[in-house]
Amino acid sequence: MELIDLLIKIALIIVIFVISLVVAMYSTYAERKIAAFFQDRVGPNRAGPWGILQPLADGGKMFLKEEIIPTNATGFLFIVGPSLAILTACIGSAVIPWGQNLEIGGRVIPLQVTDINVGILYIFGVVSLGVYGIMIGGWASNNKYSLLGAIRAASQNISYEISMGLSIIALLMVTGTLSLGEIAKQQHGFWADGYFSWNVFKQPLGFLLFIVCAFAETNRSPFDLPECETELVGGYHTEYSSMKLGFYLFAEYINMFISSAVMATLYFGGYNFPFMDLIHSPNLVAILGVVALFIKIFMFIFFFMWVRWTLPRFRYDQLMDLGWKTLIPLAIANIVLTGIFMTFFK
Amino acid sequence: METQSLPINYLPIIFQMLVAIGFVVTTMFVTHKIGPKRKTKDKLTPFESGIEVVGNARTPASIKYFLVAILFVLFDVEVIFMYPWAVNFKDMGKTGMIEMFIFMATLLAGFIYVIKKKALDWD
Repeated sequence: MELIDLLIKIALIIVIFVISLVVAMYSTYAERKIAAFFQDRVGPNRAGPWGILQPLADGGKMFLKEEIIPTNATGFLFIVGPSLAILTACIGSAVIPWGQNLEIGGRVIPLQVTDINVGILYIFGVVSLGVYGIMIGGWASNNKYSLLGAIRAASQNISYEISMGLSIIALLMVTGTLSLGEIAKQQHGFWADGYFSWNVFKQPLGFLLFIVCAFAETNRSPFDLPECETELVGGYHTEYSSMKLGFYLFAEYINMFISSAVMATLYFGGYNFPFMDLIHSPNLVAILGVVALFIKIFMFIFFFMWVRWTLPRFRYDQLMDLGWKTLIPLAIANIVLTGIFMTFFK
Repeated sequence: METQSLPINYLPIIFQMLVAIGFVVTTMFVTHKIGPKRKTKDKLTPFESGIEVVGNARTPASIKYFLVAILFVLFDVEVIFMYPWAVNFKDMGKTGMIEMFIFMATLLAGFIYVIKKKALDWD
């Protein structure tokens, strides 16, 4: 790797990092505005026009609050918990292809931090690490609510990870690769060889399973039992204050952004959009592709919020039954059906 | 068919981790420095809805959670076994499919046993 390539890489990493933080910040604003819309309220409207500076005000407040470490808590782990939560949320974006290659002055700039051939496994690894942040934080707090919330979160996350892993297998059979860059490339355009090229049309059941698991993995409603306020006060972050609380909340929104990006890439064509072959300038296609990907991501984020204000929360046994007794058999059936279909009808 | 990934392809991931660690450490340090510090004894007790704290929070949890964790380890390993098969599915044809279905049937038998044993029932 030449020095200039290295600098471009680092610039790209920092740009993506900042974008994911900004998207996460504005997701909090969007969530409150959308909640307000669904409940026929106005929502935040005091900080700046339409309350658009609200996330900055919230961030400033988080910075300036007193940080409290309870005397009973295990101090070191108490700090490690939220740090780990946000750290794992931030590194997932490394393998997502944000667009086609840009070409500036004869230099090809890939809009993907790195296209490793085990991209999906990397994403799964990072997702699995996420549970440590919650578990460590909840345990270190030495508070009954926190510990219960953390145990619930851990067992929920690991239960849904199995169905998530299984739901993706059928997709891998179709794509034949683990590299996210390659998967995005295969879904070129919108229509190819007499069928839709996006994977969602080849794996509708797989996508449904994946999105349910994504809701559970990000602890979003209706699976938000770890922080269910009617039973557990604040769940695993009951004892947290200041920026540590901010990190936990922020990690949730970054995870939502990353999982939306993963879903868009795996199932909804990533940066591909219909009629992209009609545009002849490759750079224009690349830029429009980035725009298309972000539109898809924002639609998924909106969907996350829409569901939150539509469905009530599950009970714990219902959650476990859904994960183990419904999603796993469905995912296995999906694999078997995909296998039979691909062997005998193609 | 697979693109080869060299160790250098993983270098950007390390950069990204460094950027993320830098962000986390700086933010933690800054909030620690600029936040007010007016601690009292009552403020530092664990929150228990306003009543006196009873005992230690680190009491044993339900055995069910442990069972779920053990089952997760088993099934997750099985799931990972299926990944290489899924990636090479197109090349292996019918034989590969039948072999994997036998594997999955064995897995399902274990799964049904677990459910029949009521290991995943919550009451």
